[in-house]
Amino acid sequence: MAMKRSGTPAPPAARPPAARDTAPVSVSRWSTAATVTTACAAAAVSVLALAPYVVGTNVTQPMVTLFLLAGMASLWNLLAGYAGMISFGQQAYLGIGAYALYLFGRAGISPFAAIPLAALAAAVAAAGIFLILRRLSGGYFAVATWVVAECLFLYVTTQGWLGGGTGVGLQQLSTMVPVVREADTYWTALAVLVVCAGGGYLLVRSRFGLDSRATGGDPVAAAAVGVEVQRTRRLAYVLAAAGFGAIGAMLIISGLYIDPASVFNINYSADMLFMVVIGGLGTIEGPLIGALILFAAQQVFAQYGAWYLVGIGALAIAVVLLAPAGLWGIVSGRRGWFLLPVGYRVRSHRRSP
Amino acid sequence: MTWLNDTLQGIFVGGGYALTAVGLSLMFGVMRLVNLAHGDLAVCATYLVTTVMAALGVPFLAALLLMLPVAFAAGAVLQLGLFDRALRTGPLAPLLVTFGLSIMIDNLLQQTYSANVRGVPAGSIDVAAAHLGGLVLPWLSVLKLVLALVVIGGLSAALRFTGWGRRVRATSDDVAMARLQGIRVRPLFATVTGIAIAAAALAGTLGAVTTGVYPTLGTLTLIFAFEAVVIGGLGSLWGTLLGGILIGVTQVLVSQVSVPYATLASQLLFLLVLVVRPQGLFGTPQADGQAAGQAAGAEA
Amino acid sequence: MTALTVQDLDAGYRDFQALFGVSLDLAEGETVSLIGANGAGKSTLLMTIAGALRPWRGRITLGGADIAGLPDHQRARRGIAIVPEGRRLFPSLTAEENILVPSTGRGAGPWSLDALYELFPMVAARRSQRAGLLSGGEQQAVAIARALAANPRVLLMDEVSLGLAPAVVDGFYRLLPRIQESGVCILLVEQDIDRALAASDRALCLLEGRVVMAGDSAGLDRDRLVSAYFGAPSAPGFSATKTAGAPVPLDKRVPLDKPVPLDKPVPLDRRVPPDRRVPPDKRDPPRNSVPPDNPEVPR
Repeated sequence: MAMKRSGTPAPPAARPPAARDTAPVSVSRWSTAATVTTACAAAAVSVLALAPYVVGTNVTQPMVTLFLLAGMASLWNLLAGYAGMISFGQQAYLGIGAYALYLFGRAGISPFAAIPLAALAAAVAAAGIFLILRRLSGGYFAVATWVVAECLFLYVTTQGWLGGGTGVGLQQLSTMVPVVREADTYWTALAVLVVCAGGGYLLVRSRFGLDSRATGGDPVAAAAVGVEVQRTRRLAYVLAAAGFGAIGAMLIISGLYIDPASVFNINYSADMLFMVVIGGLGTIEGPLIGALILFAAQQVFAQYGAWYLVGIGALAIAVVLLAPAGLWGIVSGRRGWFLLPVGYRVRSHRRSP
Repeated sequence: MTWLNDTLQGIFVGGGYALTAVGLSLMFGVMRLVNLAHGDLAVCATYLVTTVMAALGVPFLAALLLMLPVAFAAGAVLQLGLFDRALRTGPLAPLLVTFGLSIMIDNLLQQTYSANVRGVPAGSIDVAAAHLGGLVLPWLSVLKLVLALVVIGGLSAALRFTGWGRRVRATSDDVAMARLQGIRVRPLFATVTGIAIAAAALAGTLGAVTTGVYPTLGTLTLIFAFEAVVIGGLGSLWGTLLGGILIGVTQVLVSQVSVPYATLASQLLFLLVLVVRPQGLFGTPQADGQAAGQAAGAEA
Repeated sequence: MTALTVQDLDAGYRDFQALFGVSLDLAEGETVSLIGANGAGKSTLLMTIAGALRPWRGRITLGGADIAGLPDHQRARRGIAIVPEGRRLFPSLTAEENILVPSTGRGAGPWSLDALYELFPMVAARRSQRAGLLSGGEQQAVAIARALAANPRVLLMDEVSLGLAPAVVDGFYRLLPRIQESGVCILLVEQDIDRALAASDRALCLLEGRVVMAGDSAGLDRDRLVSAYFGAPSAPGFSATKTAGAPVPLDKRVPLDKPVPLDKPVPLDRRVPPDRRVPPDKRDPPRNSVPPDNPEVPR
């Protein structure tokens, strides 16, 4: 039955009484809350974009860290929360992105312009690496990704042309005026976050998102209804890797220097896990909230050394066991809030007799 | 002759990896739990041994023996308190929880003991060796291999011939049915984890005598153990032994050519096995859907 | 003194309620059969009694003691054994190991390993075979032996005939009296009504989660039972179901002894326009039929 523009379907004319009255329904993918949230998000991004004009680098530098953390969280959630693939090796693509940017820089390409190329490099690497991982799932997949990251780490430390264990610096940016460079770094990091989080959101809302969620939920059932499970997993893995490549490129741009031990570090995976788990696995809003929390914890508790990691670890374990939906899950579940809907809402319009 | 000696050393090293890996294999086979904190718990035990030795002046072997029941108890408590709950929560939970635990332990050790390498003073056993023709047989290494054989052999026998072993195998086939037959699954799992952690603690401590112990050693330990299990094949304890030996031999032989590439070579071997034969060398064909559904390797 | 009593049991899975106020009792040494169509709730009832499923409401007592709060492994230790639907043996264990698995009750009653091998000689012959490699009938025997090995007070048997050849099923039902002799009481789920009634003292019929009929097996009226099995308003004890459509009453369905008459073919004018219809006398005769007035056709 065609839907009228007004939104409420016209009452059926002269229909013979049926055993069950099928009330007309409307299917919506958006909501007022979503419009408000998107508007607020756009406004927030605009405000954040003004920051370099207003505050100094002592504020924008940590903000860059926050943006990159949030980007990592969104991407890790795309893999783990939606496609059901838990990876402890995404730091491999951070490293690939960073080193790729270094190499592109050596080849003469401007670092900021080379970020998409670094993302592409990471994606290509991921497509190849997935050939090894494709038949694995669960714990095997997770540890295998970790091993791949370790392999890359070991390889880089042996290669002199990549700086070996000492690492490499990004020379191309040293000619820029520091304030301009910091500002450019800040804006690019913000852009990367918007692309990763926003792109991830659009992806989840798409057909591919539905396929990933089916694959993540039950691969056998998904395959039985025609979802191309392997293709979906590969696509999710490669897209996430591209995002991590871009973030890795940002890491070397913002730090001007990269070394294998810090970029191929499992602590990044630990951070991603904590952010997503505490914020809310499998939601769009959760990872962003988790990133804020981790960032705050890092800033506040950094003076206590690694104790804050112990605390965060304990918190993550507690959340997994006691409140698996995470902070956002608790809040949205109880009140039915969906700031950024990904599904389909069916509302039936029952006419009163 | 040196390559024969190197291979022998590799076998010894592999024995150590296998002893660490046995627990991981057992836990995954019985409970479908990949314990990502496995290596870190072994390192914890090693630190405990050094602390006891320093604080109480106890000799190495005595401290080691004292530590074993503590490790068993710690494993049982972790299983009853944490892992059980994680298993019931959902399929992703055990991964997330054990990983979180691993990070916690890593950083706790770093804060308590510093990130520096700490020696494990084992006394004369550290350097004593027998010489057989051109072959060197360090007592410590021989001990590791012998222990690996004893533990794996003992576990295999227990699983095949004892009532406990029968109950463990039944539970790993079908938990729900096992409970309906009156098997108390929670205490059973606790004993399995206890054994796993005790074996890993033993292997880890003996290994640390040679390499020294540091907080992030746990990560490396986990990775080698995991690789040994995968290469050997899920469901086969002797396969785990072979897997460990293959890794050890690869590392030692490659290190004769080029030291930096030694670890990388063993990782690449692991990845190769994953591509070519994901079920491992002795991977048992999974007869039941439940185990096949888990990542024994061959999945859609 | 009843061995097992179930009172007003409600049970189900997540949002779906499968049992509505089911009550039954089992006296010592009695065999009660549970019959009903697929989805009636028979397996759910057995699983709830065994403890694999938590009841939403109601009481379960074993020998007078309340067991509804006990977990499944404790109920097994108290004397409830189940032969589940589909056998569910431990495939990597041998037949003998499967039988030895039950943790308690061994030696406390008549069913020792030897007695079980005597009851099921085909299992004795294949005792060292992996259970996953046994045939269906052998697996069923092992499953029953495994349950009996615990020397239970109450034996729950769920569709032992499922997927087995009739001759094999006959064999099991011939052995049933020997099991009954040992004093265990049996709750037998069976879709084959005749076998169920022949093997049991009393019978209960379940429909959509409710007990719609109960009585002594011997005197049970076949027609009433069939009505109860499929659900008809005339069946005593039948109460309105929650499903949207009521089942078609038996008397309104097409009786099987009155097939559709073949002398009323579908009129051609439904398919061919009237001006294109071939008049009946010009149509081809049906094939293979002898024209009545042609004597030259050989017979």
